[in-house]
Amino acid sequence: MFDFGIVTNWIDSWLESVMPQWAATTIECVLVGVALLLVYALLALFYILYERKLCAWFQCRLGPNRVGPWGLLQVFADMFKILIKELIAIKGTDKFLFALAPYLVIIASMLVFVNLPWGNGLQLADLNIGVFFMIAASSIGVLGILLAGWASNSKYTLIGAMRSGAQMISYELSIGLSILTIVLLSGTMSVSEIVALQANGGWFLFRGHIPAVIAFVIYLIAATAETNRGPFDLPEAEHELTAGYHTEYSGIHFGFFYLAEYLNLFIVSGIASLLFLGGWQPFNIAGLDMFNEVMNYIPSIVWFLLKAFFISFVIIWFKWSFPRVRIDQMLALEWKYLMPIGLFNLVLMALVVVLGWHF
Amino acid sequence: MTNIQDKIGKICPSAQFEEGDILLVIVPDTDWHSLALALRDDADLHFDYLSALIGMDWKDSMGCIYYLNNTATQEMISVKVITTDRENPMLHSVSDIWKVAIFQEREVFDMYGIKFINHPDMRRMFLRNDWVGYPLRKDYDANPELNPIRLTDEENEDDTFSIVEDEKGNIKEVKSKVFGDEEYIVNIGPQHPSTHGVMRFRTSVDGETVKKVDVVSGYIHRGIEKMCESMSYPQTLMFPDRMDYMSAHQNRHCLCMCIEKALGIEVPRRAQVIRVMMDELMRISSHLLSYGCTTMDMGATTAFFYGFREREKVLDIFDKTCGARMSLHYNVIGGVCADLHPDFAKDVKELCKILPSRLKEYHKLYTGNVIAQNRMKKVGVLSHEDAVNYAITGPSGRASGFSCDCRKKHPYSIYNELDFEEVIDNEAHGDSFTRYLLRLKEIEQSVKILEQLVDNIPEGEICAKVPKLIKLPAGHWYQQVEASRGTFGVYIESIGEKTPFRMHFQSPCFNLVGVMDLCCRNHMIADLITIGATLDFVIPDIDR
Amino acid sequence: MKYDDFNDNEYIEKLVAELKDAGTNVIVGKFDELINWGRSNSLWPLCFGTSCCAIEFMSLGAARYDMARFGFEVARNSPRQADYIMVQGTIVHRMAPVLRRLYEQLAEPKYVIACGGCAVSGGPFKNSYCVLPGVDKILPVDVYIPGCPPRPEAMFYGLMQLQRKIKVEKFFGGANRQEKTKEFFAEHPEMENQI
Repeated sequence: MFDFGIVTNWIDSWLESVMPQWAATTIECVLVGVALLLVYALLALFYILYERKLCAWFQCRLGPNRVGPWGLLQVFADMFKILIKELIAIKGTDKFLFALAPYLVIIASMLVFVNLPWGNGLQLADLNIGVFFMIAASSIGVLGILLAGWASNSKYTLIGAMRSGAQMISYELSIGLSILTIVLLSGTMSVSEIVALQANGGWFLFRGHIPAVIAFVIYLIAATAETNRGPFDLPEAEHELTAGYHTEYSGIHFGFFYLAEYLNLFIVSGIASLLFLGGWQPFNIAGLDMFNEVMNYIPSIVWFLLKAFFISFVIIWFKWSFPRVRIDQMLALEWKYLMPIGLFNLVLMALVVVLGWHF
Repeated sequence: MTNIQDKIGKICPSAQFEEGDILLVIVPDTDWHSLALALRDDADLHFDYLSALIGMDWKDSMGCIYYLNNTATQEMISVKVITTDRENPMLHSVSDIWKVAIFQEREVFDMYGIKFINHPDMRRMFLRNDWVGYPLRKDYDANPELNPIRLTDEENEDDTFSIVEDEKGNIKEVKSKVFGDEEYIVNIGPQHPSTHGVMRFRTSVDGETVKKVDVVSGYIHRGIEKMCESMSYPQTLMFPDRMDYMSAHQNRHCLCMCIEKALGIEVPRRAQVIRVMMDELMRISSHLLSYGCTTMDMGATTAFFYGFREREKVLDIFDKTCGARMSLHYNVIGGVCADLHPDFAKDVKELCKILPSRLKEYHKLYTGNVIAQNRMKKVGVLSHEDAVNYAITGPSGRASGFSCDCRKKHPYSIYNELDFEEVIDNEAHGDSFTRYLLRLKEIEQSVKILEQLVDNIPEGEICAKVPKLIKLPAGHWYQQVEASRGTFGVYIESIGEKTPFRMHFQSPCFNLVGVMDLCCRNHMIADLITIGATLDFVIPDIDR
Repeated sequence: MKYDDFNDNEYIEKLVAELKDAGTNVIVGKFDELINWGRSNSLWPLCFGTSCCAIEFMSLGAARYDMARFGFEVARNSPRQADYIMVQGTIVHRMAPVLRRLYEQLAEPKYVIACGGCAVSGGPFKNSYCVLPGVDKILPVDVYIPGCPPRPEAMFYGLMQLQRKIKVEKFFGGANRQEKTKEFFAEHPEMENQI
């Protein structure tokens, strides 16, 4: 596997050779920031098109195909438009909180990017509590949604925000539990170590036996809820609350919510591929050397993205097949089923690890 | 008939009778309420279903005509109640006897200014609360300066009044509030994706639980009945197509039949068969749309596209024969306006062939889904008793076990020769799931009817000979058909001119929206959407 | 569709001529083109239907006609996020202030399409006591689509005409969109007093 660390180290040493260290660090920070923003924007645009095309195919339609070849430029047109849309100032809102909310949502999702293992050596910061940092950072997002609902001075947004609050706080438990199960199996919270442990085709989904599979299923359900996507799109519930918590937002503020929704989809998929599908590790089968050679030839970043897109595909599939659940049913699903199962699963995983039943 | 007449004569000696195809009873207002109570509760009479309530202005007097139905024997009578006071007209309300009258009487108040004594909530129904005049009165001043286009929002009507009569017969006005001050009211509509048009529900909620729904209607009240009074009969035919646009054929069929009945025109057999086939195609298209909208309102957008896929096939058939996809204008007085397209039989056969398998697909995609079942089962239960009392007809009524299919109960056209079943839920679940499922089952029955007819379309004329200038003799007629959403009725009163003196459309959806409050109480906001979708009302049909 | 297949080309040509007379800087002009390209290809409708036309609009979104091809399918339910309001169906007196308010709630740039006979002129209900004889009495309308209801093809045609109209607009230095509202009120002084 090609180590992207070589490239980054080379840039680092080159910069340090031509300028003092503080300047090099500053430039590196700026470069990283720009790269992050660029990736962030491009990924969001890709995801919007991805979902629109996918849902068109589910619904026997064609989807965007007039703007640019195969409709590829459709999302760019949308972006240009939304950038220069009017930002409406609304009477009776809390101006500061109203403007702050979309940024909170976007910052929350951006923070998680820091820790994602993009490829071999492509990781911005390798914290030793990386996994913990991810769930902590991503839960800031709910604050933005609550603020948006409260500051808009509208009943629809308030109901949407309350729903969102109840939903996020409940489902974070399940996410936490299923992540904990994997942490138990790997024995570390560091992202790079978790990835390294899954080398040579030993993805945790395969290695962890039944408890890992259960954790994966719970994670998928809870992640769908975390990202406010159907069948758990209650905070937006466009047929009940017109547009839920962002009803009153226009222009780029709304654009931020829109982008963050898709980015969160990417993030939960990325975390799932990190924890269960080996991060950027290629798909290897022990013994099949030729096959493994071919798989290893594919760059690690492609592996990571492919896995993430695959899991996003599953989540998008959920959205376009299921009707929306009701608020009480959603809470019952979490507190009566997912959380008890998750706790039981954790105990099971502990047994598996202690008795060494895993591969 | 004589039996009923004798009985009514005994209960109310002051009643006068007028024979016709439906017996007309004329009673003075003072005896009306007690007679109404007897009519409903008497074991033999048992007129438990008020099928139409029509306000009237005869220039020298005003009043109401009630069409009552016995759900056991299907006998119908009509009752006429008159007041001569034009300044401050008042009649006794029957809204405590037949709940359907709550909304119907508000409509009469809105259009004629007749106040109903003991009615709980006398607000205007369709027009703005600052509207001047009562439009359906013959002396209405249509000067646009009185009612200009206002761009100011109207005040939320939290205050209402009712006219109360105490035991001594004293009448006084009592003010009351629709919502209390401390209630948290969420305004759903008029611009809302799931109200299927411009309907407004002012909903008082406690958290997510709905406590009360106040229906504010009239955002698409177009004054069709008033316009009819200045149009010749063939001209009025365009309105039923635009009221419930998903039952365009059936509604227009009804109006044509009513005029044909008055003129004594015999419709050729070929035209009758074509009409019935078109009605059933319309029903299929309507129920497919209903399936699509129900699923979409509950968040399953994909199912919507599947429903529309088959609906396009029905629209193709219409397009070829009628020349339009909607607003079809196909029935005319005496028959239909154009002969069938050569492809008609082939297309219908193809549709009949694919529909059963497609219905299976719908069930697979949606009906069996756990979330869908949890969302619909035991939600918005409407009991059999309430369904009759609120005159909920059509699939929604039949889901509550109310056997009300006009095609069986008051057969018209060639329906009595056809072999089909009235789809009805015998266990009277009356919940959203039953209503939803029943519509899909009705599609199967419509397919059955189409299959019987498609090979047996007789040759012959498509339209009877009709006089150039259509003038109805003096008199009044009432005709019902089974539209896609329930019993649709047309009332025509003529004084021998070429324009109708009064034309009233009794729309099924108006009654459907009347049970929203009853069904939604103590459910969640999300359930309100489900209930609205499965009741499946079409707003222009409510407001007319 | 080819340029010559459209009707009303004179109207567009007139708009272009006006723009040319005003004259613009090259760079600004290029920016304008980019912005107009974005705007015209990303028209998000507000779901607003009162009667039959709304059902045809649903057909427009359904599989056979599929407005997603043009990128119109992101129908927003909140007026703040929509680009144009397609008035489908009759507007009556009670609805008029609501429609006007919806229009005010749309974020600039905003466009109005009057779809169907009722919205264009009152249609078959023109003579009624409470029907608005055309939404252009209360809103500035960009495109009219006649029909009762218009077929989905006609709606596409109308939407494409709107796209063409947007493509020759000016963002920098040109007429401000809000002036359109002012112009409208200059023509209908009785409406302004009421707001």
